Amino acid sequence: MLILHCPYCGVDADETELSPGGEAHLKRFGPGSSDEDFQDYLFARENPRGVHFERWRHAAGCGKWFHAARSTDTLEVFGTYSAQTTEPPKEICDRISGKRPGWTWRLFG
Amino acid sequence: MSTRLANQGRLIDRSKPVKFTFNGKSFTGFAGDTLASALLANDQMLVGRSFKYHRPRGIVASGAEEPNALLGLGSGDRFEPNQRATTTELFDGLESASQNHWPSLEYDIGAVNKAFARFLPAGFYYKMFIHPRPFWKHIYEPFIRQSAGLGRAPKDRDADRYEHFYAFTDILVIGGGVAGLLAAKTAAQSGAKVMVLEQTAHWGGRAPVDGGTVNGTAVADYIAILVTELEAMDNVTMRLRCMGAGVYDHGYALGYERVTDHAPSLEGPRHRLWRIRAKQIITATGAIERPLSFAGNDVPGVMLAAAMRDYAVNYGVTPGDKVIVATNNDDAYRTAICLKEMGVDVLRILDARDTGGGELMEQARELGIRIDCGRAIGKVSGGKRVKKVAICAQAGTGAALEEISCDAVAMSGGWSPVVHLWSHCGGKLTWDDSLSQFRPDPNRPPTGADGQGFVVPAGTANGEMHLGEIVSDAVAAGKKATQDAGFKAKRTAAPRGVDTAYAPMEPVWLMPRNAEMELRTKTWLDYQNDVKVSDVQLAAREGYESVEHTKRYTTLGMATDQGKLSNINGLATLANALDAKIPQVGTTTFRPPYTPISMGSIGGEARGEVFQPIRRTPMHDWNEAHGADWEPVGQWRRPYAYVRDGETVHDAVMRETRNVREAVGILDASTLGKIVVKGPDAGRFLDMMYTNMMSNLKPGKCRYGLMCSENGFLIDDGVVARIDDDTWFCHTTTGGAERIHAHMEEWLQTEWWDWKVYVANVTEQFAQIAVVGPKARAVLEKLGGMDVGKDDLPFMEWRDGILGGFDVRIYRISFSGELSYEIAVSASQGQALWNALRSAGDGFGMMPYGTETLHILRAEKGFIMIGDESDGTVIPQDLGLNWAISKKKEDFLGKRAQQRSHMTDPTRWKLVGLETTDGSVLPDGAYAVGEGVNANGQRNMVGRVTSTYYSPNLNKGIAMGLVLNGPDRMGEVLEFPGTDGKIYTATIVDPVFYDKDGEKQNV
Repeated sequence: MLILHCPYCGVDADETELSPGGEAHLKRFGPGSSDEDFQDYLFARENPRGVHFERWRHAAGCGKWFHAARSTDTLEVFGTYSAQTTEPPKEICDRISGKRPGWTWRLFG
Repeated sequence: MSTRLANQGRLIDRSKPVKFTFNGKSFTGFAGDTLASALLANDQMLVGRSFKYHRPRGIVASGAEEPNALLGLGSGDRFEPNQRATTTELFDGLESASQNHWPSLEYDIGAVNKAFARFLPAGFYYKMFIHPRPFWKHIYEPFIRQSAGLGRAPKDRDADRYEHFYAFTDILVIGGGVAGLLAAKTAAQSGAKVMVLEQTAHWGGRAPVDGGTVNGTAVADYIAILVTELEAMDNVTMRLRCMGAGVYDHGYALGYERVTDHAPSLEGPRHRLWRIRAKQIITATGAIERPLSFAGNDVPGVMLAAAMRDYAVNYGVTPGDKVIVATNNDDAYRTAICLKEMGVDVLRILDARDTGGGELMEQARELGIRIDCGRAIGKVSGGKRVKKVAICAQAGTGAALEEISCDAVAMSGGWSPVVHLWSHCGGKLTWDDSLSQFRPDPNRPPTGADGQGFVVPAGTANGEMHLGEIVSDAVAAGKKATQDAGFKAKRTAAPRGVDTAYAPMEPVWLMPRNAEMELRTKTWLDYQNDVKVSDVQLAAREGYESVEHTKRYTTLGMATDQGKLSNINGLATLANALDAKIPQVGTTTFRPPYTPISMGSIGGEARGEVFQPIRRTPMHDWNEAHGADWEPVGQWRRPYAYVRDGETVHDAVMRETRNVREAVGILDASTLGKIVVKGPDAGRFLDMMYTNMMSNLKPGKCRYGLMCSENGFLIDDGVVARIDDDTWFCHTTTGGAERIHAHMEEWLQTEWWDWKVYVANVTEQFAQIAVVGPKARAVLEKLGGMDVGKDDLPFMEWRDGILGGFDVRIYRISFSGELSYEIAVSASQGQALWNALRSAGDGFGMMPYGTETLHILRAEKGFIMIGDESDGTVIPQDLGLNWAISKKKEDFLGKRAQQRSHMTDPTRWKLVGLETTDGSVLPDGAYAVGEGVNANGQRNMVGRVTSTYYSPNLNKGIAMGLVLNGPDRMGEVLEFPGTDGKIYTATIVDPVFYDKDGEKQNV
């Protein structure tokens, strides 16, 4: 029962108000892409034990999608931010690196 | 015998007798008794039969950890199985019954299982009953079903009421013993909001029984003062009979309050589930005493030493006249001393430690109790009650040195802190060698959103076993939680707790240490699941090294008690068998709830009518009043048919279906999803959403569209109307509106967020009424106000206008192949327009029709239905819908996926019509069988029925199905074995059965 801050409406939302949307910052592959790229896009998702970037929708609230950076093992939340971006904001990456030296964006595992 | 002592019993009121029954027999207890103490007071030692072997079992504990005394309580719609007698408060008229026996508790035929025992070793399900296969069905399974299992499931609907409460607090304290209360007071003094939960009916936990002083005051009195102080504080909420059931992410916790279980005549819900958010949680959940593993440790009359002390001090009950105490620690001496002081004959204390105990041993000796050190119980004999104990050396194999007659045995194998709630959300444990116990590791707490720990253990739950340490630990825990919750803790000194010091305990995992096989097969680890020392040893020999695997293989620690007594003994036995250290073997995962909570409390108020809200169309009441046979469609209710007096539902469907084709029908289509898509980029967006082109649709026109997921599978369909340059109106399936609206929002917000598009779900803003049939136009013309002729409102177009005085939008679209108008009006006008249309339709034979008629009509035309022809694995190409898939568009959702090799496989099953050779109706979902068999020896399948109906217009059964190479096999006959044993034969035909050229809708 996580609590995540919805960056759109400002509510600290209980998990019962939210619906999960899996890994964030996927790059869409469409017609013309290779079978391998397309399969990766469709099916291969990161599922790390540790820092992860996820999509959530404030479904029983303002209805907006947002992104959350959190640790899947300690449940620490590093921040939530707009879904309308292709990568996490620098301040969130810096915050994670500050707490977990050596961590960098797109380093999973 | 087990009996009530002349005095004693701090929790009972001897002036208030209470009557209750057990297995139909009447007994009397006192107000304040638990069912367990009252049964013991009435010499009812035998309370149940064990799970596998049906061995006689008695009460072994005094609290939530009780594995044996599981009873059925109440009767009829208030019957509940598997309730622990030890946590059931006695009330007048309580009905209880033992479980797991036949024909009676005293004479159980299932006890023959003893002879069968060699067939029930560890992993018996896996190894014994696999071969030969027929044996499973005819011998093993009937036998196991008859003999295994705990209580019966209730048959009647639960008559009681349940509710949920939501609470927010700064600090939640779970456990109302001396540690919990003191921690709560420490926290509350800072001004923080504090909530304290205690699972029993009394504050104070074990301390009043065990004694000692705090700041010079007897601990029981000190607790009374604490409670008074806490109750006077406005920022403190205190709940008795409320168990902390679980600790979850980010400070979420569940409290399970048994509001009226102890007094069913009280007003109010039976159980209340507290859904709590806390900044910090203090777990002051105490500890549970461990049994000792000796042969016959499950004979009724063998009891945990502290439980025996509880029964004596709290209820004035002793389970025996002649008691033997076996222990590996000093705490059990308290029981011996307490019983002796009450006049019970304590025959012997068998202390497994060669050097015995400390100060308490001296006290016991002074009372004249004989103490044998380095001694153990070799075996307890007796069937339904302890008769005698064979004494042996702890260091030996079990050779009896002496036998003593007695009628009760108190055992203590040391204490295990209750670490469940600490562990639920990821708190880790550390092994304490000196006390042979797992305790919370302060460096690895469960962490919250800020990455910091949010659970603080206190007192005995934190591994502190002496009052002095418990008290100072509780104050420290209270201060830590206060600060971590963002409050300033008051600088106060911890009070001084004093009790008698203990000599070190000594781990004893098997008694005697090298017990022979014969003894080990009678030495129980898990009473509830009938798991013995020999079972765990066997599992280890068979290669089970992981404690989680061993648990599943042996069933150790499963079922309602989840190994509260057996876990540590079991894993120590496993560790010894593997020659490993206990912390290396580790524990199984502690999962919530701490003890079982009622299904009713989980459901709360959400049952019956309020389980899920029903969505009603504006014409719902009219439908209800006119014979609607309701069909749930998502959260909507739609009339399946309007049944008239004297008709069956089938009759009504046949009548309605014929009437639409012959005259005119009227359908409440309000449930159809309606989504407005608007903006400069709306056309571009819809071109991505639908497989066909929507951007080039002209204002005033309609187009049928298909929607696929990014995986290529068909997810929805419906008619799209273009309203103006930048506005489209999309119809979705009934029940699909929210899903499709969310689908559109997802892509707009997360992929194409720079596109200028708004989408709005306006499903409930409009009522929609379909007027369908050859006389539909005449009806509308009678109402008047709009030109609805062939040229003014052609097929697949829409017009706004005034119809019979109503502000309407009419779509000329058809899901039946008939001349058809779908008329949308604001929801508030829905019923009025329906009435007007009904009046206008009077002279034309108009009848309302339901969803089944809608289905038959569309099936006659070969129109697909989402959810029938599609099931999440079907692509439009399977359904012959290639005409609705744009070849011009560079991209749309699903396009790339539909190019994958599996999607273009020519052997994908394709849509065809199916016509039975004898006119009968194919069974829904039936499979067509082909040549040959598959790897399992089953006939190969070549197709399946997706929709099947009796068509009253064609006077025969018609169906659609997906068939291997179907479109190329027209005229072939397929076989469909039914579940009724019959084989149905059907010819592959074109899926359009009726009016192939579409002449009827194009008029």
